[in-house]
Amino acid sequence: MRLLKLVPDNTNIDFLRWRGIAITFSVMMIVASVALVAVKGLNFGVDFAGGQMLRVSFAQPVSLDELRDDVGGIGLGEPSIQEFGSPSEVSIRLPLPEGGEEGANAAASRVRDMLEAEYPGSRIDAVETVSGKVSDELVRDGALALLLAMIGIAIYIWIRFEWQFGVGSLFSLFHDVTITLGFFALTQMEFDLNVIAALLTLIGYSLNDTIVIYDRVRENLRKYRKMDITSLLNLSMNETLARTIATNLAMLLALGSLMFLGPDVIQSFTTALLISVVIGTYSTIYIAAPWLVWLKVNSDSFIPKTAAPGGAERVASHNEGY
Amino acid sequence: MLDFPRWKVWWVSLLLVVGVAFAVPSFFPEEQVAKWPSFLPRMQVNLGLDLAGGSHLLLEADTSDVAQQRIALMEETVRTEMRRASPRIQIGDISTSGGKVSFMVRDPARVDAAVEIMRSITQPIGLGGQRDWNVNVIDTSRIVLTPTQSGLGAALDSAMDVAREVVYNRVDPDGTREVTIVRQGSDRILVQVPGLDDPEGLKELLGKTARLDFKLVDLDADPAQLAQGRAPPGSQVLPYPDNPMGVPYIAVERRAMVTGDQLIDAQQGFDATTNEPVVNIRFDGAGGRRFARVTQDNVGKPFAIILDDVVISAPNINEPILGGQAQISGSFTVESANDLAIQLRSGKLPVELKVVEERTVGPDLGADSIRLGIIAGVVGTVLVLAFMLLTYGRFGVYANIALILNVLLILGIMAIFNATLTLPGIAGFVLTIGAAVDANVIINERIREEARRGRTIISSIEHGYKEAQTAIFDANITNVIAGMLLFYFGSGPVRGFAVVMMIGIVTSVFTAVTVTRMFVSLWLGRKRPTALRI
Repeated sequence: MRLLKLVPDNTNIDFLRWRGIAITFSVMMIVASVALVAVKGLNFGVDFAGGQMLRVSFAQPVSLDELRDDVGGIGLGEPSIQEFGSPSEVSIRLPLPEGGEEGANAAASRVRDMLEAEYPGSRIDAVETVSGKVSDELVRDGALALLLAMIGIAIYIWIRFEWQFGVGSLFSLFHDVTITLGFFALTQMEFDLNVIAALLTLIGYSLNDTIVIYDRVRENLRKYRKMDITSLLNLSMNETLARTIATNLAMLLALGSLMFLGPDVIQSFTTALLISVVIGTYSTIYIAAPWLVWLKVNSDSFIPKTAAPGGAERVASHNEGY
Repeated sequence: MLDFPRWKVWWVSLLLVVGVAFAVPSFFPEEQVAKWPSFLPRMQVNLGLDLAGGSHLLLEADTSDVAQQRIALMEETVRTEMRRASPRIQIGDISTSGGKVSFMVRDPARVDAAVEIMRSITQPIGLGGQRDWNVNVIDTSRIVLTPTQSGLGAALDSAMDVAREVVYNRVDPDGTREVTIVRQGSDRILVQVPGLDDPEGLKELLGKTARLDFKLVDLDADPAQLAQGRAPPGSQVLPYPDNPMGVPYIAVERRAMVTGDQLIDAQQGFDATTNEPVVNIRFDGAGGRRFARVTQDNVGKPFAIILDDVVISAPNINEPILGGQAQISGSFTVESANDLAIQLRSGKLPVELKVVEERTVGPDLGADSIRLGIIAGVVGTVLVLAFMLLTYGRFGVYANIALILNVLLILGIMAIFNATLTLPGIAGFVLTIGAAVDANVIINERIREEARRGRTIISSIEHGYKEAQTAIFDANITNVIAGMLLFYFGSGPVRGFAVVMMIGIVTSVFTAVTVTRMFVSLWLGRKRPTALRI
C-alpha cells in the first residue's frame, strides 16, 4: 500500500511574498468586522440578551409566519422565530417578560396553552429563561474570559520565546476573534455561551498552528544564523507545511461530521470552530509570521549570552537543551 | 535503539489498563453495573442535563428582604429588652426608617444603661473586632442602631444555608432523586434536577415562602370600609380568593393564634366525610396548647388559615380543637395538598428566592442529542482514523490505537472524578482528538523529514520524537490556559466542555507521545526493520 502524501517533499513556496497584500486584506477584514458588529450587532441568544427561549417540535411542518402571528398575538412582545434543524422544529425567542419570575412562568404557560390549542401534537422540548442580571454577568464573564485567555497566552509565548513572538501571536489572535465575530454579525447566527466556548477553543487552536511554526522558526534561527529572516520564515513554513495540511484536514473531517451529523443544538458551536480552523491557519502564515519580520527578530534572540557582564541571563536561554 | 526501558513499559501499560478499566462501566446501563462484583470499578460518567434531560434552576435571594427582616427583628428586640431591663427603661418614638432602628430613651439618666444593653446583644463578626450592629447616641437621648455590612453578610450567609436546606427538602423530600443543590456566590442557589417532567411545578414549589398563620377572623369589620382596603385597629385586610361570601378579601386580627413555626408535621390526607384532599397538621406542645385555648375561647367563630399572607380557608370553630392536631381544607387537589404539606414540613424559606436562570431540556430532546452526538462522534473518529492510516501506515496504526486509548482514558478519568458529560463536552472530545492527531502528525512529519535528510531509521525516529516535543508541549500548555479560563468563567455546559478539554490535553499528550513511542520502540526491538515506510 502506498502511503498518502498530501504535500510533495521539499516544497519551496514564497509565502511571505504576499504579506503586503495579505495584511491589507486582513486589516480590511478587521475593519469590516468591527463595522458589522457595530452596525448590525450580534444576534445574542437568551444567554446574553436575557429573555426566554422555547424549543418546540410540531407534528408536521409549520409556517413560521403563521406561528409568528400566533405567538405575537399573545401579547408578550415581538417573538423571534427560527427554524431549528427541520421544518417541524422551531425555536421561539421572547423578550424578558415583565414581572420577573411569575411573568416568565405565566409567559411560558400562555405559549404552551396557545400551542396546545392551535397546534395539536406539538411538544415543548426545552425552555431557557435568563434574567437580565444573569445575562449581564454572562456577557461580562465571557468577554473577560476571552480577553484574559488572549493576554495569558501571549505572556506565555513571550516567556517561552521572545517578545516579538508574543506580539505576533496576540495580534493574530485578535485578528481571528474579530473576524469570527464579524462572521456572526454578518450571518446573524445565534451568539450564545457555546460560541464563547468555541471562541476560546479557537484561541487555543489557532495558537497550536502558530506555535508549531514559531517552534520551527526558533529552531532554524539557531541553526542558520546568517539567513535573512524572510527566507528563514519561508523555510520554516515550508518545512511544516505537510503538518499544517494534515492536521487541519483531520480537524475538518472531525468537525465536518459534527456539523452535518451532530445535534442542532451545537450548530453555532461547530460553525465557529470550522471557521477558526480556516482563519487560524491563514493568520498563522500571514499575520503571526510577518510580525516577526517587522519586529526584526534575529538569531541573537536565541543565542545564549555566555556569562555576560552583569549576569543578565536571557529568558530564551531556558529553552536551550531541547 | 529507541530508549524505552522495560520498567517504563510496565508502568505505562498498568496506567492504561487501569484507566480503561474505569471507562468500561460507563458503557453499560446503571442497573446492570450495580450488580457487578465490588472489586470491579463501578463509577460512571454523569450525563449533563442537556443530554439526560432535566432542569437547571438558578435561584437568587432577595438581599433587601434579609435586611428588612433584620430591622424588624431588631425593633422587636429593642422593645423586649427595654421592657425586661430592671427597672424597666421607658422608650418612645421608635423608628425603622432609613435602614436603621432608632428610639428615644425618656429618662436621660438611663441612656447609658440602654446603650449598654444594646451593645451587649450585638454579636462580634469574625476576628476583626467588628460587630453586626453599630450602637450610637445622637441628640443625647436618641439611640441609633445601624446594621453593619459584615453583619448583613453573615445574616445573609446563614439565611442562605437554611434556604438551601429548605430547598433540598422541598425538591427531594424522600431523598430519592439525584438532585444537586449547591450555594453559588453569596446569594444564589443552584438546583439541578435530572429527568424532571414538570419544571413549572418545581418552580412554584420553590418560589413559595410557606409562612403559615392561624388568625381569628374579625367579624366586626365594616364591609364598606373593608371594600376600601381599611380594617379596624388591630386587624388587617388580607386577600381571600375563595371566599364563599363573594368578595375576594377578609379582615383578620393582626395577632396570630398560632404560627407555622410551631408545626411539627404536615401530611396530605383526605377529609373523612367529604373525601376531599386536605392537609393534616400537628403542632408541638406549646403550639397545641395555645391552639386548644384559643379555640376553646372562640367556639362558633371562624378563624383564617393564612399561607404567605393569603387566606386559603376560614372554617368555623365547631368545637375546641385539643390534642394539637388540625386539618386544613380548601379547594385542594391531591397534588396541591401534597405540595402544601411539603412546603409546611420543610419550613419556611428565610428569604424570598427568585428564579434568575432556568434551563430545562425534555428527555426526548436529550436522547436525540446523545444519539446524534454519538453518531457524529463515531463518524468523525472513523474518518480521522482512516486518514491517519492512509497517511502514515504503521505509524498511523500506532497513532490510532493511542487515539482510541485516549478516548477511553478521558472517560475513565471522568468516571473517577464523577465528572459530567455535556453536549459541548462531546465537542470537547472532538477537539481532544484533534489535538492528539496533531501531536502525532507533528511527530510523524518530523520523522519523515529526518529520514529524508538521510538519517538512519532509529536516528530519524529518535529525532522525530525529540524535536517534536517542544512544539507539542507549548501548544498544549496554551490550551490548558484557555481551558482553565473557560472553567473559571464558564457556567453550566461550557464548564463541561472545559473539563473534557483539560483532561483530554493531559491524556492526549500521554497517549500521543508516550504510548506511541512505546509501540514504536517495541516494534523496533522486535523486528529490527531495515526500511522505514512513513
